[in-house]
Amino acid sequence: MSAFSVTEPSSRTKWGAGILVVAYALITIVPLLWIIATGFKSPTDSIAYPPKVLFEPTLEGYVNLFTDRTRATQDMLDRAGPPQTWYEVIVRKRGTIITGTSRYGERFLNSVIIGFGSTFLCMVLGTAAAYAFSRFRVPLKDDLLFFILSTRMMPPIAVAIPIFLMFRQLGLSDTHLGMILLYTAVNLSLSVWLLKGFIDEIPIEYEEAALIDGYTRFQAFYKVVLPQAATGIASTAIFCLIFAWNEYAFAVLLTSGTAQTAPPFIPTIIGVAGKDWPAVAAGATLFLVPVMVFTILLRKHLLRGITFGAVRK
Amino acid sequence: MAEVQLTGITKRFGGDAALEDVTMTIPDGSFVVLLGPTGAGKTTTLRMVSGLDTADSGSVWIGGRDMAGLTPAQRDVAMVFQQYSLYPHLTVRQNLEFPLKSPVLRTPKSEITRKVAEIAEVLQISHKLDNKATALSGGEMQRVSIGRALVRQPSVYLMDEPLSSLDAKLRADLRIELKSIQADRGATLLYVTHDQIEAMTMATHVGVLDKGRLIQFGPPREIYEQPVNIYAAARLGQPRINILPADVFGGAPSGAHHIGLRPEHIIQGEGEDSTVTRVERLGDQTRLHLTLKSHDLITVTDAHTALQSGDVVKIRPDKPYYFDANGARLT
Repeated sequence: MSAFSVTEPSSRTKWGAGILVVAYALITIVPLLWIIATGFKSPTDSIAYPPKVLFEPTLEGYVNLFTDRTRATQDMLDRAGPPQTWYEVIVRKRGTIITGTSRYGERFLNSVIIGFGSTFLCMVLGTAAAYAFSRFRVPLKDDLLFFILSTRMMPPIAVAIPIFLMFRQLGLSDTHLGMILLYTAVNLSLSVWLLKGFIDEIPIEYEEAALIDGYTRFQAFYKVVLPQAATGIASTAIFCLIFAWNEYAFAVLLTSGTAQTAPPFIPTIIGVAGKDWPAVAAGATLFLVPVMVFTILLRKHLLRGITFGAVRK
Repeated sequence: MAEVQLTGITKRFGGDAALEDVTMTIPDGSFVVLLGPTGAGKTTTLRMVSGLDTADSGSVWIGGRDMAGLTPAQRDVAMVFQQYSLYPHLTVRQNLEFPLKSPVLRTPKSEITRKVAEIAEVLQISHKLDNKATALSGGEMQRVSIGRALVRQPSVYLMDEPLSSLDAKLRADLRIELKSIQADRGATLLYVTHDQIEAMTMATHVGVLDKGRLIQFGPPREIYEQPVNIYAAARLGQPRINILPADVFGGAPSGAHHIGLRPEHIIQGEGEDSTVTRVERLGDQTRLHLTLKSHDLITVTDAHTALQSGDVVKIRPDKPYYFDANGARLT
């Protein structure tokens, strides 16, 4: 028997905690794994019951995701000749023929432009506003901060109709700029509040020291405050990106062609040629990748960012 | 280096006066120590000179130029802060280089390297130059922060209790080091502390502040020997000056309310009877705690005194100070 210790948990506590963590991790990761797996299944396997855990992987879902196809007549097959590439081989097995590339690539690119664009804009404006709120004597500061926060107190979609009408008037419907502005507006309150918290934590003495050391206010901000706020900026950026990346309702309402993002596009894949679940799953899987990469790159900051501010150093 | 002049500086925070009509001249090449307890206005005075804060009224002149409206960078001052002074995202070397690389100075690379090495040597931090600033002990951080001021040759150095977080030995070393750097360079230095030893050993002039007012300004010796009031008298001297009612010994001038006796102003062997309540042997000297007509006082005596607590000693004042009812000294 070991003695009681404040800092060292007992082995039973450790096991208990370990089991809880693993159970939670499984619950969250299983749907993700399911989607990734479905992307590599054949249409038959994807709807098999009971579900197939072991299956023969195929890239059919991914090929279907990126191509437009049509049912081929013998005449068409004769004209096309034997399949030239590995993906043509896959398509021919189903008796179809590739007629062109799908719009998934464009929609994905739209998501990248709009998601990262609005995140960038949100960080620039948010950091500037948060710095001003943190450091300067702004008239009605508390009221302004509350007003900014209050834009978050209802679901953004509640104002969908006015926004729809405004966008139509301004010619912003279905444009990249319109979507970037919209997502920036929605995220800005969150980023101002989060960033203000981070900047408040940076003692003003550092900037004063920089002012004395011969730098201007802006240089002090740039050289001293920004590097120290990097953690906060990174974690706030992740939150903003995740929102803008996953947003569905506004995207359905305000985009249809040129600026349509991936979330409203992915479900439409179903209708192209029967219920093509593997293609949908493939689209969803690829859609996860950028946010995942971004988060992994900034993971170190994210973890510190969440606890930052709660604990005084 | 330059002369610094403050004229009629008043500063209020909310309703409270942090500084009240402060006027003083810090001569070129002098080492001025501002002395006073927390809240006396010492740090506020430094911030006025630096330009980090501006006065509600009054003006600051450095080298004959009115500083009104000038930024800290334009004033060409260097400052050592009491805390939080190192840039945590930079190394020690980068911290020391920071002021030299500023757009104001734009020091050439070779010059930077030379100056940083020189200052690091003086402050005994050469071996830590490539450490992250956050990986230092409190004393090392404070030395780097002093170093960041000393790499420059500004018109005036401002230091806000720079030695307060150091251990006793290092503090004694740096006191001497700072004093000799200042003397060598002929630098003008405005230094804030509540440590009277720092004031006595380094200062060419001491300014005594109380609740935002400058009580007395002059060489430390003068403030020790000619204090203008009880407050100024109590700022210097260890053990502190004894303040008793004026009439305990008799012979007080008219208007005297208090008598002030420094420990060395008490002659033993004649005069009034007092009782020894405690004997503190410090090695080089022995302190006697006495009770005289129910008033406590402290004096110093021979290191090898045979006196014990309970003994009765006759004492009389020698060159005492007399103060009026408001605490002002009668001359």
